[in-house]
Amino acid sequence: MKFTIMINEGPYQHQASDSALQFTRAALAQGHEIFRVFFYHDGVNNANSLSRPPRDDRQLQKEWATLAEAHGLDLVVCTAAAQRRGIIDADEATRKGLNMSNLNNGFRISGLGQLIEGSIQSDRTVVFGD
Amino acid sequence: MSQTVITKKFMYVNRKAPYGTVYALESLEVALIAAAFDQEVSLAFLDDGVYQLMRGQAPEGIGMKNFSPAYHALGDYDITSLYVERESLVERGLSEADIMPITWEDEGDNWIEKPSIHICSRKEMSTLFAMQDVIFSF
Repeated sequence: MKFTIMINEGPYQHQASDSALQFTRAALAQGHEIFRVFFYHDGVNNANSLSRPPRDDRQLQKEWATLAEAHGLDLVVCTAAAQRRGIIDADEATRKGLNMSNLNNGFRISGLGQLIEGSIQSDRTVVFGD
Repeated sequence: MSQTVITKKFMYVNRKAPYGTVYALESLEVALIAAAFDQEVSLAFLDDGVYQLMRGQAPEGIGMKNFSPAYHALGDYDITSLYVERESLVERGLSEADIMPITWEDEGDNWIEKPSIHICSRKEMSTLFAMQDVIFSF
């Protein structure tokens, strides 16, 4: 089965991202395909490369990036939600004359259309949120 | 090369009040942008989500922009069914009279204005959910 996953809450604040990670891992282990993972609302903060949790805690941004690399996952951060919350990629930083960007490796910023397209192309859309 | 056009039933479930959190506003943004994809889109309002459709919103006093007029534009985006749960209204001491009169113009029927709001029971809402291909919950 082909899945599109939507994550609507930020890392650590809420279990949504953890649950989505575990679900995604389990689905992949069972041979399913993850078409796209889309981050919306505070979910875009799962792509913040500046996160520095305590050493004995999980590092969610890194866990998503590692999983994405291992399985070729498409991790998409909503551009409108990202702009509101200050998640910026290198291109946006250049355009705005900023000297830094904070989009973690493995993620890309794009429009809400990516979520809709994902849901159209997938067999199931699973939403993790509050 | 021809492409198969897939049309799915999308439902956006709104469960939170319009102000106080961002879910209502950003949910509406998804619905409006998604309209470009020619899918069968409907909106459901339950729990505190029913407050999103209340008449007379005036949040300027709390420094917020009143975005309730945007719901009136949904008809222009081919979103013509807004399902509101009756039990959620009753539990909050509200009635249909408190809801904005949102309508759409039926192109296939002389552009007659028809109501977009449909009040339904919790049980009917459950049946509606079961009919959907994609459900987004905010």
